[in-house]
Amino acid sequence: MIFFELFYTFFLIGAFTFGGGYAMLPLIQAEVERKGWLPSEQIVNFIAVSESTPGPFAINIATYVGNQMGMKEFGSVFAGIIGAVCATLGVVLPSFIVILIVAKCYEAFKSSTAVKGAMSGLKPAAIGLIGAAVYKIGVTVFFPNGFTAAVFTGAPFYISLALFAVMAFLTFKIKLHPIIIICISAVVGIAAGFLLDLPV
Amino acid sequence: MSSKDTRASRIWQLFLTFMKIGGFTFGGGYAMIPLIQKETVEVKKWITDDDILEIIAIAESTPGPIAINSATFVGYRTAGVLGSMAATLGVVLPSFVIITLISFVLTQFQELKAVQYAFFGIRAGVLALIVKAFWTMYKKCPKGIVSYIVWVFAFICSAFTGINVMVVIVCSALFGLVTTLVNKRRLDKK
Repeated sequence: MIFFELFYTFFLIGAFTFGGGYAMLPLIQAEVERKGWLPSEQIVNFIAVSESTPGPFAINIATYVGNQMGMKEFGSVFAGIIGAVCATLGVVLPSFIVILIVAKCYEAFKSSTAVKGAMSGLKPAAIGLIGAAVYKIGVTVFFPNGFTAAVFTGAPFYISLALFAVMAFLTFKIKLHPIIIICISAVVGIAAGFLLDLPV
Repeated sequence: MSSKDTRASRIWQLFLTFMKIGGFTFGGGYAMIPLIQKETVEVKKWITDDDILEIIAIAESTPGPIAINSATFVGYRTAGVLGSMAATLGVVLPSFVIITLISFVLTQFQELKAVQYAFFGIRAGVLALIVKAFWTMYKKCPKGIVSYIVWVFAFICSAFTGINVMVVIVCSALFGLVTTLVNKRRLDKK
């Protein structure tokens, strides 16, 4: 049953994500890929949507995947909404339960050697996992059809490369807001696509 | 807040306040902390600045998104379990509604050539944004031999092998725990 699977999968993802921001991304990629739910491009596209809408990435992506899977399975808007409810509830529940427990015994939690020790492993693990997520997104952007020699003879590769370099400069050095980065990238993508009549 | 500070009115206020916080923060995560501080400490006076620091410390060492962690915590401190439910529901609702609507719209338009070209460009931009996010996190991470071992291990496992990410996370936590205990024992002996 897709609804139970959405709830269960996102419950696990919520329970194993430590740290804010994109710490959840590697888990989402791994699970969505393993289950063959959505193509990796769609996840990368959705990061842009999440950056341009309010709310935390975790909730946004859970709602989105739940919605897409519900609609895919039953072909109705209503099933999409039920799917979104299941996935979102799943991703929220572990935090909710853990915080209620911690709020009751904060002092013991704070001075616990076990928590400190586990965190000294979890923090760098999050860095490594997000690094791997960056690598996978890089593969999706530059080699959408796998590593082949043909990639280097096509225009899309060089357009992506140039766009990435310019956007990296604009976000690191000029510190432009993510939404502006996304808008510029979209305009360049549309212009280059129609001018060079790129394959879709 | 109304003159009657009953528990029911507090629960309702928690829901509204966190709905506002959820609906007006872009990017989520730590971007939400200043707004939470302003609304719950300065405006509503439900908690103190010390509580905010406590929330950040807890959020960092418990699973799940910071937004949910802090909503649950503030809600619980202010009005018990029902308060935590109201605050969490409030912070989730705007995202949920907006993304549900966008999800249907995207499904309608994603076959359009212009939309596909736009996302072709956007994906390269997203890569730049994610590299930036990675760099920001990397700078905040404690340095040291244990850290380097764990992060290289986690990177290789996740990028190049099919090992389950959750297994990698559990191993990293255990490795951190064991090295911390060994270090502690060594210090105690001295």
